Amino acid sequence: MDTKSKSIISDPMVDNNPITKQVLGICSALAVTVKMEQAVVMSLALTFVLVCSNVIISLLRKGIPAKIRIIVQLTVIASLVILTDQILKAYLYDISKQLSVFVGLIITNCIIMGRAEAFAMQNNYKDAMYDGLGNAIGYGSVLIIVATFRELLGSGTLFNYSIMPASIYLENGGWYVNNGLMLLAPGAFIILGLIIWVQRTYTHYIED
Amino acid sequence: MQHNNFYTFRFIAIITFVASLLLALASTQLKELQEFNVELDKKKNILKCIGKDLTLMNADAIIKEYESIISNIIINSNGDIAANIASENLESVPNKSTGEVKYFLNNIEYLPAYKSSNPEAFIIPISGKGLWSTLFGYFALEMDLNTVIGITFYKHGETPGLGGEVEKKWFQNNFVGKKIFNQTGELVSIKVVKGKVNDVYSGEALNHGVDGISGATVTSRGVSDFLKRDLLKYEQYLKNNRMN
Repeated sequence: MDTKSKSIISDPMVDNNPITKQVLGICSALAVTVKMEQAVVMSLALTFVLVCSNVIISLLRKGIPAKIRIIVQLTVIASLVILTDQILKAYLYDISKQLSVFVGLIITNCIIMGRAEAFAMQNNYKDAMYDGLGNAIGYGSVLIIVATFRELLGSGTLFNYSIMPASIYLENGGWYVNNGLMLLAPGAFIILGLIIWVQRTYTHYIED
Repeated sequence: MQHNNFYTFRFIAIITFVASLLLALASTQLKELQEFNVELDKKKNILKCIGKDLTLMNADAIIKEYESIISNIIINSNGDIAANIASENLESVPNKSTGEVKYFLNNIEYLPAYKSSNPEAFIIPISGKGLWSTLFGYFALEMDLNTVIGITFYKHGETPGLGGEVEKKWFQNNFVGKKIFNQTGELVSIKVVKGKVNDVYSGEALNHGVDGISGATVTSRGVSDFLKRDLLKYEQYLKNNRMN
């Protein structure tokens, strides 16, 4: 892999992270980060859709009539999302039940349309694939960081395994209570804000 | 790049055709598996509501367990068992605004239920509106047809952490051991109270209430309402077969 491809993948992971830098895809970052399991499956689903849509649109880019390019992009993205949803329902039913509408809502995830329009329409399929992969990893890693905090602080578990010792809980005579705020959207906002703060302190990025 | 209109139409026609072909193919290929999952999930919830722990069981073991202890029964409007009717022939008619599901065969309403042999239990399907969505679940009684064994919800779209708590153990466990009939033999069902049941009720009434979910008043009220409504449909059967 040459340096250009490497930078296409690594750039959206930190410096141009779709969530923390461009603040795209926030809706699902709030909705599916209550549990690690959901966040991981959601990240994988998005990776699949983003990589495939970027590659397909890049391959079609010379043939897509400019006037209807958004419609064509949406057709490709929507088909991939429905396919993903069907596969989850068939093979990972319990998790697809928890993710409920949010798999379908990948269609409206700004990251995917954004990458199709901004990158895949201008670049060859290899670079488009790397770009999709990089953005998906950037999105997924933020989702997983947020989910780690929310599940640990909100439910005292990780991947549904108890992490917090049972004896410290109030109902068992201890002093500890799970933080209910973490289960709600504001909890995700706070953690996301803290992540953005840490990242921007580190990269010295300032919004114009 | 500019293209003429004919090209544009041809292009979009091909794209939509390929996309729909692909999705139709996926849908038909995966349908069987998906329906199997939905059925399995219902079976799981029936077993869970009579207190079985399924965490270590795979799909085959669950189906085997289900088939060995659960049987369908159909009850008619007089509260008698309609032995000549098979449960799979019933047509379910959901009411979109109340979330109630009615079952018909030849325009006559029947009530489906389940019996378990180990532990002995009588199980009914329940459904109704919460805040955002219709909740679907099962409700199991001991053979005295009065004491609750358990309740589960297998489908809902309530807010996780608030109304979504109905699927959590702490909420469902509160129902265990409660009674649906009061001392005068009236079907009072079980009410999800606002706050802690010990603060709201005292004495005998404690048997007919459970702790509410804080922040989910509408979901709690919904569960109380549709549980009672669904139980009342079975009232005749319950009274006929009740052991005092």
